[in-house]
Amino acid sequence: MASLPKTNALPTRLSTAGMQFGSVAACVLLWHIASTLRLDLGLITFSNVPTPHAVINAIWQLLQSDTLLPHLGSSLARVFSGYAMAAIAGVSLGLAIGRSRKVENWLMPPLELLRPIPAVAWIPLAILMFPSSEASMIFITFTGALFPILLNTIHGVEAVDPRLIASSRSLGASPRAILREVVLPGALPSIFTGLSIGMGTSWFCLVTAEMISGQWGIGYYTWSSYVIQNYADIIVGMLLIGLLGMGSSWAIKRIGDWLTPWYRLQGKS
Amino acid sequence: MTIYENHQHDTATEHEGAAQKNAVELGRIDAQQLSIRLGNGASEFEAVQAVDFNIKPGEFVCLLGPSGCGKSTLLGALAGHIVPASGVLNVDGQAIDGPSPERGMVFQHHTLLPWLNVIDNVAFGLKMRGVAKPDRHAQALAMLKQVGLEDVATRWPSQLSGGMQQRVEIARVLINKPRLLLMDEPFGALDAQTRMKMQQLLLDIWGRIRTTLVFVTHDIDEALFLADRILVMSPRPGRIIENLPVNFARPRRTELVTTPEFMLLKRHCLDLLSHEEGRQLPRLSPLGLPPETRTAV
Repeated sequence: MASLPKTNALPTRLSTAGMQFGSVAACVLLWHIASTLRLDLGLITFSNVPTPHAVINAIWQLLQSDTLLPHLGSSLARVFSGYAMAAIAGVSLGLAIGRSRKVENWLMPPLELLRPIPAVAWIPLAILMFPSSEASMIFITFTGALFPILLNTIHGVEAVDPRLIASSRSLGASPRAILREVVLPGALPSIFTGLSIGMGTSWFCLVTAEMISGQWGIGYYTWSSYVIQNYADIIVGMLLIGLLGMGSSWAIKRIGDWLTPWYRLQGKS
Repeated sequence: MTIYENHQHDTATEHEGAAQKNAVELGRIDAQQLSIRLGNGASEFEAVQAVDFNIKPGEFVCLLGPSGCGKSTLLGALAGHIVPASGVLNVDGQAIDGPSPERGMVFQHHTLLPWLNVIDNVAFGLKMRGVAKPDRHAQALAMLKQVGLEDVATRWPSQLSGGMQQRVEIARVLINKPRLLLMDEPFGALDAQTRMKMQQLLLDIWGRIRTTLVFVTHDIDEALFLADRILVMSPRPGRIIENLPVNFARPRRTELVTTPEFMLLKRHCLDLLSHEEGRQLPRLSPLGLPPETRTAV
């Protein structure tokens, strides 16, 4: 976490930005060379990989078609409803488990059993359990986001300094006030770490979830592009998911920074 | 640090306070055959053994003893964080039942809430009592003035120096008008210079806001400089081995520590504590055993 501050002189920062841009550019260039030459290295082959140029054309076409918005809309709706439920469940369960040994003993064993099951393994059961495919897709994104949020909340609650709780009791705080005024704010930085990671995993699970989608969604778009052999569109879908995942994780992080202004000051101690 | 230096307290105010020593009626402590046990099972031990003492309302008493002698444990019991195993521990005739704003506690390292700025930290106790925001901010600001920190009201605790953090902590406790002010080596983590200023400041505040003060320290100079009376403790099991009145006139100034009378008492305290030399016991905390020693003890 606490990476050493690199030098922050202006020329160094400029050249750092230059290097970062350059490395991305080099990757695109390698991709361009490999895909235009249809490089076949035996273990891996680029003969079916679309060129960057083809991908840019595909992006352009998607932007002009009227299918982009429904795709984006249904994916965003799924991710956010699954994520919102995971956030509510994860934070409230995490607070309860972190504060109470009894609740921990009751709830943690089944949760620990469910935790390692990957989202894709849930698909058949989700289809059987939920009457609508929409609900089962939301459930998959929910399972993806739940555990990072839950575990980080528990960790944050348990890491709250017991001296802070003791002195708040001495100042007249009731158990409820301790939860609201001490435990929740104390765990907030860790909760936001969980919320940010959970946002990312929610998007990971989306493609998996949308394999059972009938018509719309970025994950569905990516998967169906493969099925109908629109290879350039696969990469467009991948890039879109990457961008949306990155953007929403970033947004969550910013909200977290905004809500925990004291946290950056004390050097994340 | 600069703000601290700008607000060096005029010791004359202590004089004023000492003159109008209005009789404090609340804050009497009675302990009879008080024992406190820490740890569980095989590692359980008696941290405080059958101690008897009384503290008058408004008295400044230091608990002096080496590390691990149970003085912080005793303080924790007074605060209500530790439940005694047996005996009587009463404040104003009432048995202590859990923590209360009537018994304010200051730890060695500050426990200000990092997510509240200075003024909201000081106003915390008032908020818990349901005092409206403008009112509690006004009171908190007045209390910050008492400790010379009204200028940093809107800062975060982490932006203050160690001495300033402890002053905010004291203000936060005193705003509840406690009967007891309990302090666990509150200046132990400060540098010598700041520590001396804080001792002066504490006497100054205590002169103005009179309350019973129980101050834990292992520093003989500090105890002699501050207290009306010193209870000297010996470790394992913790017992009070001497009840030492300190009758130096108030207000006290730093010159006191070099007078022959002071030296004489210091010699006496050194003798009392000397036979415990060579034994290093883990530091106990007012919240029981520190986590890292829980298995080792």
